[in-house]
Amino acid sequence: MGNKCGEQSVSFSQPLVITSGANIVGPDEGKGPLASYFDLILDDMLFGEKSWETAERKMLEESAKLALRKINLQPQDIDFFLAGDLMNQIISANFAARGLGIPFFGLFGACSTFAEAILLGGILIDGGFARRVLLSSSSHNLSAEKQFRFPVEQGVQRSPTAQWTTTGSGAVVLDAEGDGPRVSKGTVGKVLDLGVTDANNMGAAMAPAAADTILSHFQDTGTSPESYDLIVTGDLGKVGQEALLQLLRQRGCDPGDKVRDCGLLIYDLAAQDMHAGGSGCGCSATVFTGFLLKKLREKEYQNLLFVATGALMSPLSCQQGETIPAVAHAVAVSG
Amino acid sequence: MQFVLAFVVGGLLCVAGQLWMDLTRSSVTPAHILVGFVAGGAVLSALGLYQPLVDFAGAGATIPLSGFGHSLAQGAIAAVRQKGLLGAFAGGLEANAVGVAAAVVFGYVAAVLFNPRG
Amino acid sequence: MDGNGEQQARENRQEEYRLLVESIKPKHNLLQNCVNAFLVGGAICLIGQLFLIFYSGQGLGEKEAAAATAGTMVFIGALLTGMGVYDKIGKFAGAGSIVPITGFANSIVAPAMEYKREGFVFGVGAKMFTVAGPVLVYGTLISCIIGIIYFLLQ
Repeated sequence: MGNKCGEQSVSFSQPLVITSGANIVGPDEGKGPLASYFDLILDDMLFGEKSWETAERKMLEESAKLALRKINLQPQDIDFFLAGDLMNQIISANFAARGLGIPFFGLFGACSTFAEAILLGGILIDGGFARRVLLSSSSHNLSAEKQFRFPVEQGVQRSPTAQWTTTGSGAVVLDAEGDGPRVSKGTVGKVLDLGVTDANNMGAAMAPAAADTILSHFQDTGTSPESYDLIVTGDLGKVGQEALLQLLRQRGCDPGDKVRDCGLLIYDLAAQDMHAGGSGCGCSATVFTGFLLKKLREKEYQNLLFVATGALMSPLSCQQGETIPAVAHAVAVSG
Repeated sequence: MQFVLAFVVGGLLCVAGQLWMDLTRSSVTPAHILVGFVAGGAVLSALGLYQPLVDFAGAGATIPLSGFGHSLAQGAIAAVRQKGLLGAFAGGLEANAVGVAAAVVFGYVAAVLFNPRG
Repeated sequence: MDGNGEQQARENRQEEYRLLVESIKPKHNLLQNCVNAFLVGGAICLIGQLFLIFYSGQGLGEKEAAAATAGTMVFIGALLTGMGVYDKIGKFAGAGSIVPITGFANSIVAPAMEYKREGFVFGVGAKMFTVAGPVLVYGTLISCIIGIIYFLLQ
């Protein structure tokens, strides 16, 4: 049986294995520097569907099925399916679960959902409630723009601090045993809010949560930046990453050049017009399942700390002038 | 000359909108800009300040949404002269019936014919 | 625990962080944005002036010519939005394509198109007015107030 360590971290009794990972991305992500790491790159944003929303749920369902197919598993081999997305009432995950027929937990952690799923999946397995779980999260640029910002054909200028919601979905199978990268511990984030109100600067809103979770992780688990080859944050983007580095240094922790960000890895910011970088549940999910898992399997990275961050506002709370609370969950993965 | 004036004045009004967007809070959206221009145009018009601009710059003053505000205000004032208090309610919309109906009709048709491409 | 002290400490932390974010935030390129807005906004008004002169030449009165021009510009704005061109202009021009009446048409067509899949009543019919609605509400309200004040002053 695993145990809780420190204030907010968990340590699994034996490492859990990521036996399979799969992903699907949209056309813009397919033009980015990580294109060769993705399983399927869509030619168009509709994925043969009639709306952005149905396209997103199809991506989520198909990436989950692909993760199973890669290791010859059937849905009935899975004990629980944990998934989430950005849509109201997490419709992408709910509707994908309808198609998969696996006992289901719906999650909402905004862009932190993928790490939240890994943590909870690990807790389910380590607690003896499951042998194998399937985890997934997705986002779709146009369904997110429609829900959170403006209709796509509206002629507006984006703020230079705005992030680009990634079109993509990632899924992993987490198993009590098997071959693959291993998850040994993790840290559950607290919801923090340092008063950022600009929904076009979510990186800045999320950076304090990321800094807090990373520092708590080091403290709770007795690790330090030296324990990891890389610290990969979910999707802070350019502004958020700089804020994170400054916050860490202010609190006496120098991560050197070990910090990377999924939102900055997925696009070529100089060539692609993505402003501050990628965001969305699909961003960290696709970068993790594509790029990071491959590097871990090839042992290029031995140990990494994956810290997915989520901004927890809604269009309504923003219109009411509320500040943006954020959360970050961390998992330690080794190759 | 008319064209130069329309270009310069229209352009400057748009610059005013751009400054408003870039220099103030990030929560200013196109909706705020449009509402602001209509309201501002109407108030300036009621104070007698907008008509000189229209005489000077033509479409440069009528095509920006402040021109819509001007037209609403002048419509209301003209109708009050003719019909009294009832005109205050009728005048603005009457004077702009063509523009409003065109916006609804063309907007509807375009929305039905085309699909967003993203 | 001293509630006020805590409150004060939180506000200090927020202010400190706000300054940090301000220092690293990329700035708008204000001059470039204004030049773009000027050029595109000016060009749209120039096209409007062409139509205004054309309609006046057709024997329409001053008011009628202005109304016909407004209608024509709305048509152009709606068409370009439907064709997926207007949002690209808007990305470049900023307020230059929001402030002219074509921007008003854009703000009607864009949400109406986007929400077509939600049906013709709550989708197209209702969403058409997400931006145009407030414009009409405040425009009508102010014109009525101005009319009433004028009536009282008469």
